[in-house]
Order: sequence, then C-alpha cells, then structure tokens
Amino acid sequence: MKKAKNKPLIRQIIKNKECYLMLLPFMLLFIVFTIIPVIMTVPMAFTDFDMVNSEFVGFSNFYNLFLSDKIFIDSIKTTLIFALVTGPVSYVLCFLLAWMINELPPVLKTIFTLIFYAPSIAGVYTMWQLIFSGDAYGYLNSLLFNLGIITSPVQWMTDSRYILGVVIIVQLWISLGAGFLAMRAGFQNIDKSQYEAAAIEGIRTRWQELIYITIPSMAPQMLFAAVMQIVSSFAAGTVAQNLVGFPSTDYKAHTVMTHAFDYTWVRYEIGYSAAICMILFAVMYIANRFVSRFFGKYIDGEA
Amino acid sequence: MSDINVKKLKASNKQAGKKIGGTVFIFIVLFIIGLFMIFPIYLAVVMSIKPVEELFVFPPKLYTLNPTLDNFRDMFDSLGNMWVPFSRYLFNSLLVTSAVTVGQCFICAMAAFVLAKGRFPGNKLINSIIVISLLYQSNVIYIMQYIIISELGMINTYRALILPSIASPMSLFLLKQSISNTPDAMIEAAKVDGANMFTICWKIVMPNQKPALMTVVIFAFQSAWSIQGGSLVYNEALKTLPTVVMQAAASGISRAGVAMAAAVFMLIPPVLIFTAAQKNVIETMAHSGIKE
Repeated sequence: MKKAKNKPLIRQIIKNKECYLMLLPFMLLFIVFTIIPVIMTVPMAFTDFDMVNSEFVGFSNFYNLFLSDKIFIDSIKTTLIFALVTGPVSYVLCFLLAWMINELPPVLKTIFTLIFYAPSIAGVYTMWQLIFSGDAYGYLNSLLFNLGIITSPVQWMTDSRYILGVVIIVQLWISLGAGFLAMRAGFQNIDKSQYEAAAIEGIRTRWQELIYITIPSMAPQMLFAAVMQIVSSFAAGTVAQNLVGFPSTDYKAHTVMTHAFDYTWVRYEIGYSAAICMILFAVMYIANRFVSRFFGKYIDGEA
Repeated sequence: MSDINVKKLKASNKQAGKKIGGTVFIFIVLFIIGLFMIFPIYLAVVMSIKPVEELFVFPPKLYTLNPTLDNFRDMFDSLGNMWVPFSRYLFNSLLVTSAVTVGQCFICAMAAFVLAKGRFPGNKLINSIIVISLLYQSNVIYIMQYIIISELGMINTYRALILPSIASPMSLFLLKQSISNTPDAMIEAAKVDGANMFTICWKIVMPNQKPALMTVVIFAFQSAWSIQGGSLVYNEALKTLPTVVMQAAASGISRAGVAMAAAVFMLIPPVLIFTAAQKNVIETMAHSGIKE
C-alpha cells in the first residue's frame, strides 16, 4: 500500500486499466441517467422554475420553507415520527424474519420468503382500504364489533387520531423488500463450517451463534439493508397518498415527499419542490452517516 | 483425534434435539406473521375471481361461492380492443424486462467486483457517490431524466425504456457489499496464477455470489417488469404491458374486480422468477462449501 502511494497517479491508473475498463459501462450509464439529472436538480432549488420560466431567486425557497410554510414544518415532524417508527421496526423485522426463515428446511424457506416479500411487489395495498373501511362492514370494524370492543364504527382512515397509525401498519406490511431479500441472501452465503467449528469451541445456543458468527459475517448486507431502510422510511409518501387520500385529514399523513409531490405534479413549482427534496436529502445523509459509522467497525474501508 | 470426534458428535446430537423443538416454534411464529402478510393478497385474489354481483354485496365476504374468471376475461377483452394486438405489448414487456435484467446483472456485477476488490485511484469516491445517489430521492429527477433522454434523441425508442434502468446503484451496492466478504487471498492466488481481473470476476468470485446475484435478478426483473414508459414512448406499438393493463383496469363495469385481476395477473411473472431464483440459490448453496 505504501509503495503504491509513492507511484505517480498516472502509473497507478495505467496499472489498473482493467479495473477502469470493467467499470466503464456502468459508469457511463450511471453518469448519463443518474448523476447528470441529480446535478441538474441542484441549481433548480435556487430558482422559481415552473416548467416555463426560471429565474434565480437565491435562498428564498429555503426561507419560505422554514419561515412561512407551516405545512412543511408539520410534514417534517410527520416524516420523522414515521421514519423513526417504521425504519427501526422494519429493520429488526427484516433481520429476525430472515434469520428465522434460514432455520427452516429448503422448501419452507422459499415459501416463507415469498410470502413476506410478496406485499412489496404485489401493488395491492389498496386492499387495506377494505380492512380499515370506516363503515361497520370494514373487516377490522366488524371484527372489533363482534368481539364487543367497539360499539360504533371507527373511522380509521379519516379520523386524524388513527391515520398515521394506519399508514405505519401498511408501510410495515409493504416494507420487507430489498433489505429483507439482501439479508436472506446474506444468511445463505454464510459458511456452514463456521458453525460446526463454533460448536466444538463451546458455542451452543442459537443466540450465541447469532452474536458471534452470524452478525459479523453479515455486516455488509446489514449495512445495505440499513441504507435501503433509510431511503424507504424517509422518502415514503406514495402509500399514504393512495390510502388515506391526498391531502389527508389535517395533513396527518403528509410527509416531506408528499409535500414535494404536491409542488412538483400539482402546482408545478419545481424550484420549490427541488428545495424540499434537498432538505430531505440532508436529513437522510445524516442518518446514513450515523448508520455507516455503526457498521464501520465490522467492515473495513467503510466509516 | 477420536476424542474430538466424540465431542463433536455429542455437541451436534445435543444441538439436533434442541433444533427440532426450536424449528417447530419458529415455524409457528412465522406462520402467524405469514397469515397477516398474506391476508390482503388473499383478499385481492378473492376479489379478482368474484362474480360481478358479489362485488357489491355488503358486508363484503372473505370468500366466494361462485369463483369465475370473468374479471380476467373482461381484462383481456379490453386489452384485445386496443389498437395494437396484446401479443405486441407482451413482446415489448418481455424484451425490455430481459434486456434490463441481463444488462443490469452483467454490468453491475463487473463494476461491483472492481469497486469491492480493486485498489485504484477514485475507488472510494465512486463508492460514496453511489450511496449518495441512493439517498437523493427527488421527483424532480424524473423531469431531468426526461430532458436528457429527449436530448439524446431516444424518445419513442426501446432504448429510452431500457438504458436508464441498467446502471442501478441499488443492485451495484448490494453486490459490492456481498463481494466484500470474499477473502482477498482467493483473488491474490488467482492473480499469481496469471488470471486477469475479468477472469477472476466471472470464474472465481461470481460462482460464490449466487445468492446476491439471484437477488439482483429478482430486483431487476421486478422493477423492469413494471416499467411503464409514461411520457418516454408515445408510439402505441412500443408501450409495455403495465401501461395498457392499468388502462384496462380502469375500464369496465366491475372496475374493482378487473383492477384486482390485473394486479394478480401482473404479479405472476415476478413470482415465477422469484421461485426459480430461490430454488437455484438453495440448490447451489447445498452443494458448495468452498470459502476461505
């Protein structure tokens, strides 16, 4: 490593030309379709772009967001509550379920993985509207009715006390996606002989196996799942919009992403929307630093 | 020597006893959570096979006495009434999906290997840019992507549907994380034997990365299968299945039933791919124990 540092940059690049060549197709497409669009959105946040006109307005979008947009401030609160509940809960669920599934025989492994993963790809979360339906015929209401817990139907999706809870449940239901599958793959990649070796050395319980073998060898996948979890919990909004309406009663399920959606596709105030997304990015970036620092001790080269 | 074997045997016997009890317990817990997970999907399937007159029955029933494929027939009928034959949409979807899936696996796997194991100037920078791009969620990006695609003159081509989805930072990040577990010694040994990076990537590293690769296949297939094109293609003959299935779902008298039929129908291919990929992983992992 020390030797490499002393070499001039150009020689290092030539020495690694194979690496660059293998990276080239990805980087080419990535730069054109992701990096450039992302960079283009940054200056947008300082304009009042509305699809037709665009004028530089300095930081005024940001002033307006924090000083006069009360709905935005509320949406930050909603997003934080939402993310701090769904993020960790879903993450722990992903891990525990992936681990439990791993203990089962092969056929059951496939079946259970599919059952837990299916909600995230099925696109049928509107079915929850039948369950949470506000009349006495909604499945949940009629169940609680029969059990004698309630005497009049509860307006799950319009009563401001319950909206966020309903959205959180549905989001959790849908959230066993990329992170969950990555963890399943991680478990499948653990070398079985490590467990045999550990059994001789006195590791007996599944709990001990988990702490001393499983988690250390899964750390990279766990970091991946954590990043995906940050993205899906902070940038959530679509589920709430389709489920409890847009805008929801008293803006109870109005997340930052919903706010950005509103300004992009309803009001066409793109500049303002770009500023909203920028703030959301800052929050997610901080969360990511926190998470990678935590996993950094297991993975070298990361921190 | 034999002492160790006896010890090992005892340990594994003891574990086996505990394991059966534990496995049953785990099965019961997973089964209960599984019921909760599958219930809404079950409702969707029931709704898709309910006859029209039962759709409006109150209270809604959890089952149907007269299952029918009417909703599916209605969906295919309205698909048949489009300007372009159904088979064309199916072909478009299969073309786009397979191009994206194969391209994404191939290109992301190579890049992930290099980023995980190569030591070259710029490596760290690229790695952090990829994570940052995952974190930067903005619906304004779609507008910018549209501008770029149209600047490149790709509007109304298959390329507009395929190329933007190939370089997926998510797939790359997952593969890179998974490859980082591969012992360096294995790669160094291959280098000593004179293998170049490309050979090491495909002959040595990737065969051990089946679970991660198959996961990427599932992600790629599923995201590509749902590509709608939206404003990127306006030529009817280039549109994909989801675009027209959604249109069909929004028509007809028993909309809710047809919409669910559409959702159930679109779910079938991803589920098949998922099952095939999982089976592949479990089979290969049962046979290979080569690591370290």
